[in-house]
Amino acid sequence: MEKTTLFDKIWDAHVVKSVPAGPDVFFIDKHFIHEVTSPVAFLNLEIRGIGVKYPERTIATPDHNVPTINQEQTIKDQLSRMQVQKLRDNCSKYGIELHDLGSAHHGIVHVIGPELGITQPGMTIVCGDSHTSTHGAFGAIAFGIGTSEVEMVLATQCIMQSKAKKMRITVDGELGKGVTSKDIILYIIAKITAAGATGYFVEYAGSAIHSLSMEARMTICNMSIEMGARGGLIAPDETTFNYLKGKRYSPKGEDWDKAVAHWKTLKTDEGAVFDKEYHFDAADIEPMITYGTNPGMGIKVKGTIPTTEGMEGSNKTSYLKSLAYMGFEAGEPVKGKLVDYVFVGSCTNGRIEDIRSVAQFVKGHKKADNITAWIVPGSREVEKMAHEEGLVKILEEAGFELRQPGCSACLAMNDDKIPSGKYAVSTSNRNFEGRQGPGARTMLASPLTVAAVAVTGRICDPREVFPN
Amino acid sequence: MAYDKFTVLKSTAVPLPTENVDTDQIIPARFLKATERVGFGDNLFRDWRYDVEGNPKKDFVLNDPTYSGKILVAGKNFGSGSSREHAVWALYDYGFRAVVSSFFADIFKNNCLNIGVLPVTVSAEFADKLLSAITANPETEIEIDLAAQKITLSSTGDSESFDINEYKKDNMKHGFDDIDYLLNMSAEIDAFEASKK
Ligand code: SF4
Repeated sequence: MEKTTLFDKIWDAHVVKSVPAGPDVFFIDKHFIHEVTSPVAFLNLEIRGIGVKYPERTIATPDHNVPTINQEQTIKDQLSRMQVQKLRDNCSKYGIELHDLGSAHHGIVHVIGPELGITQPGMTIVCGDSHTSTHGAFGAIAFGIGTSEVEMVLATQCIMQSKAKKMRITVDGELGKGVTSKDIILYIIAKITAAGATGYFVEYAGSAIHSLSMEARMTICNMSIEMGARGGLIAPDETTFNYLKGKRYSPKGEDWDKAVAHWKTLKTDEGAVFDKEYHFDAADIEPMITYGTNPGMGIKVKGTIPTTEGMEGSNKTSYLKSLAYMGFEAGEPVKGKLVDYVFVGSCTNGRIEDIRSVAQFVKGHKKADNITAWIVPGSREVEKMAHEEGLVKILEEAGFELRQPGCSACLAMNDDKIPSGKYAVSTSNRNFEGRQGPGARTMLASPLTVAAVAVTGRICDPREVFPN
Repeated sequence: MAYDKFTVLKSTAVPLPTENVDTDQIIPARFLKATERVGFGDNLFRDWRYDVEGNPKKDFVLNDPTYSGKILVAGKNFGSGSSREHAVWALYDYGFRAVVSSFFADIFKNNCLNIGVLPVTVSAEFADKLLSAITANPETEIEIDLAAQKITLSSTGDSESFDINEYKKDNMKHGFDDIDYLLNMSAEIDAFEASKK
């Protein structure tokens, strides 16, 4: 038998037909939609006079543009209100399951999918959002699509895609104290650059990866897109099965046993060949932070911003433009720099484990006076747990402001914008110019580093602030 | 949806040599609130094009009357970041029919092909050649021949061939999209779906 990778196994099982000299007709098991990238797709269905083929395979939630204050009231911003209303109208018209604002499972699409047990090993999952790669943590092929493809999935449950090349990134060994999965992925992206995995689908493997919780694995797969990859996935194991057991949409009883037996076959064969492989040692990874305007521009928190040595032409111009935007100089350290905002949230680090870790570390401390600290849970479920576990109380005592679930300052489509020129250390995934508001300067880091920055008011190494 | 057929495009071009231009720059998130595909061109490169008061920034290339045309010649790793198709709608709506770069982000490239903007990947050397030719003489024309998969700098005759898969090429030539294809295989998809339950 030919040795195949996990990616091959799932992909090949979903090809309805291969178009000669063209893409594959690729079947989609689950489709998530939200208010921003779906309205034009529905509109086009109407123009074509066709409906939704398998409405039960699509799940909707409004997350991108929703307010995070007073969610129970009518949305003030007229355009946002219309987009959310359109989503509601389309869902009721076509019979699509909607987790609406204020309902028990409302939240960021990539947080609620796993929480509800909709995301399962071996599935193909798409959404009109690039961070759909998050769901790969369960051993699924999950990736972002454009609105034309959203329309294709609604109309036919298929898209036309060419199979990506395969990359494996192996991280072995033990992580040091104060080093989290966010640091692993920021480290990997810094090593292979923001475009280094373009055209590839990445499998993450190795002992350091498999020692992680599901939440931490999701953080890693989430940011696969930040190195240009179509998506990332991790072979399912006991951690995956334990997480899924008993979730609302997980298989039950006999079906569960059958499912687990199948899921256990979902792994890369020994000796299967990848188009590209990288190996990293977990012991080399330290708390990371970005200093520039793409996620590949990351360094150790203790490190210095690279100099322009060896750069030339448009490469150098682009680099200096990026530093000018950030207000930084090549060659200087980032540690000690004053910060204005911290943001804990997003589909990268807005899960309960993230909020627990921030609460655990800021307990008994106060945020620094120069800091405005926002915590935005990824879902209602996360929000509820944070209340029940007493985390909200700890965080509020430390001076953090808790908001209601949504994408919030991750992309600043609602009012949660970082003001122009201000520095924000964020647990989200993108530090592009203006991503968190026009002129905002974003530095990406782990929830732990963000907690330390909140307390000291400056860029700092969490291991020095919280020595235990 | 259907779009204009693409056969041969001969046009002057706009140079944008910046590297790693992400989709948040092409169209910032706050302009994604429409429920119809209209008016995105007005906000193309919004924050590079206009200051906070909405006045055009003189140093940005789209505000420089010297340059115009249906082709955008861009720096390396163009279109990274979000999957928002709105980025390509904005380019199309503004009047671009082709983007040339030495490297495109994946989803962006797919989105382009789905709505009729041709992404042309050239070597880094050829991209530099195009950029210098355009900056030296903004009247310089570039010809993109889809059938021949060839891009030519008209002034010198320098050319390079580019890749595109046959299926997508055929779609672009006819202005077809994938849904037309998929809708025709409904029965096959139904049988497949039944086997997945
Ligand atoms: S939290 Fe940010 S990255 Fe995640 S889905 Fe929302 S906008 Fe996209």
